[in-house]
Amino acid sequence: MSNGRDFTSNLGRIYGIYTGGFIAFVILLAILEQVGVPDRIIGYLFVFFTIGIYALIGILSRTMQVSEYYVAGRRVPALYNGMATAADWMSAASFIAMAGGLYAQGYSYLAFVLGWTGGYVLVAVLIAPFLRKFGAYTVPDFLGSRYGGNVARTIGIVILFCCSFSYILGQITGTGIIASRFLGIDFNVAVFVGLVGILVCSMLGGMRAVTWTQVAQYIVLIMAYLIPVVILSAQQTGIPLPQLMYGTVLQEIQNLEQTKPALAGIKPFIQTPQTMTEAANFFALILCLMIGTASLPHVLMRFFTTPSVRDARRSVGWALFFIFLLYFTAPAYASFAKLEVYQNILGADLANLAAIQDLPRWVFIYGGIDLVKICGVNAVDAQTVLAACQAKDVIMLDHTNFSIASDTVVIATPEIAGLPYVIAGLVAAGGLAAALSTADGLLLAIANALSHDVYYRMVDPKASTAKRLVVARTLLVVVAVLGAAVATTRPGGILALVAWAFSLAAAGLFPALVMGVWWKRTTNQGAIWGMIAGFGVTLFYLIMTRYFGMPLWFGINNISAGIFGIPTAFLVTWVVSMMTPAPSKEMQDFVDSLRIPSGATLMDEKT
Amino acid sequence: MAKTLTPEEAERHWARSKGLMWLTLAIWFFFSFVIHFFVDSLNGIVIFGFPLGWYMAAQGSLIVFVILCFWFAGAQNRIDEEFGVAED
Repeated sequence: MSNGRDFTSNLGRIYGIYTGGFIAFVILLAILEQVGVPDRIIGYLFVFFTIGIYALIGILSRTMQVSEYYVAGRRVPALYNGMATAADWMSAASFIAMAGGLYAQGYSYLAFVLGWTGGYVLVAVLIAPFLRKFGAYTVPDFLGSRYGGNVARTIGIVILFCCSFSYILGQITGTGIIASRFLGIDFNVAVFVGLVGILVCSMLGGMRAVTWTQVAQYIVLIMAYLIPVVILSAQQTGIPLPQLMYGTVLQEIQNLEQTKPALAGIKPFIQTPQTMTEAANFFALILCLMIGTASLPHVLMRFFTTPSVRDARRSVGWALFFIFLLYFTAPAYASFAKLEVYQNILGADLANLAAIQDLPRWVFIYGGIDLVKICGVNAVDAQTVLAACQAKDVIMLDHTNFSIASDTVVIATPEIAGLPYVIAGLVAAGGLAAALSTADGLLLAIANALSHDVYYRMVDPKASTAKRLVVARTLLVVVAVLGAAVATTRPGGILALVAWAFSLAAAGLFPALVMGVWWKRTTNQGAIWGMIAGFGVTLFYLIMTRYFGMPLWFGINNISAGIFGIPTAFLVTWVVSMMTPAPSKEMQDFVDSLRIPSGATLMDEKT
Repeated sequence: MAKTLTPEEAERHWARSKGLMWLTLAIWFFFSFVIHFFVDSLNGIVIFGFPLGWYMAAQGSLIVFVILCFWFAGAQNRIDEEFGVAED
């Protein structure tokens, strides 16, 4: 990869070989499994081989140029940037938790599916092309230049840090959970193994290395996500298109819900919001997730790497397409799992041991690692279940006495389909790829804001290229170790951490980014106070409702806190802008030049 | 080197871009929110086993978003080319 031009013109061939090699590797492991190599070894091989490949790409992509380090030399073609963005975007939560959330909550959880996709329309239309034209290295860089310097820049950095750091904790935790579950390593050790995986991919080559590893990680994660459910669909419906075939599954689920005694009183899977509050929460969540998507710095910075403004726009389309492949499959996962539980588990006779032993094998496999509970206890083995159910006087398994952790749906599907362990190992590798790729992007977003915006722009603007890169790499390691250290304290579930980031970013950054381009009259003071007010209101609502028992406003859950912060930020920005003198002629010309794709980027730097 | 626009041309270019922006956001708004208000009536229609209201939230709107992004990229590019401000 020393010769960048050769590399970019051969991308199709390189990733084609990579994909073929990966498939051959999976087949090899399948053969090893058949000849009796133990599951644990297969799992180790999966994890170490894939992390090794990412590390190799990371090392080959090392660079000593500032523009390569921060924006991959702005040479990433739209399609590949789309893949990298998709990997950057889809986290441990998307890969592992989303199908489980759909399984547990049904229709109301589709707010996540909608919110995490529709936001890209806003990225394409309102933000990405203009930031690309501006030629920023980071999001705070844009805020600083548009809104008169270091005050706006600093607020941008604080907001970026708050959302990205909570988000990265979620990814590191996810890495630890997956590695510990599949490899049986201690969680804390697994976190630091994951940390090494993240660092080797990003430290030497910055954005350039992260870009090309993310493309590789996307290929692994999408294959790992699609293969189990495609096979399951072929088994159960005869056609390997789960996304189309789960319609009939939905019908069966609805029939069983109405007829099966063990399901009496269950909330129907496709039940829509029943009250005004439920409906308000559904739509508020969609809005917050969409606007949050369009404001998260680690996503926006991916669009700084395309060769042109036109490619930045097209690349949003590709990113959304690649994300769509996973998100429109998640409901199929949830539905197949739901049907399996309704048909083969609920209604089981709990009065005698033999009947309990007849339950599907995966119930006990995942009960053994605390993920499946029957009659309130982990379904470790039939004996335990029998004792617990006798104590509760339950003789038939109904839906109130059965629960599975939301992480389980994707992980258990290979087992449900009766597939060999190699497929379960593949799913683990996919989950790991999802967590690592997102962590890479986040880590880079945070470290770049510190090294570029704080150090280079504010502390030492005369620093040499070499010194800047040393500082950038040092900060990268510091942030990563800090993240891992905090993650080992297990602060809250993955989704809770990640979900907060969306509302905070949406209220803090979106109005300033959008109005800075679309309303020339936006003044420095307007944007600064708008960011503070939007971020402040959102943070206040999150913290007060979560920790101090403040009653909800209009019944809106705190995950959608941005619904109050976003309008506040727009309003404050507008009012303060109108009260302060219009931006200078120069600033207005600057905004004009952002609006026209042609011409040089406005911030370009000689390297 | 790309040509520089006169202020009038720049204004017309931006007016067209803004028109496209509002149109795109209107479609986005419809498929993000409006259509899901009618989920219960849509669920009365069943296609391939899918209640239509569920389908729109789980797949239909997503497909629209993907197409919308590509369509927008093309349409904005045509505007830029018409004014001679697209990149080479």
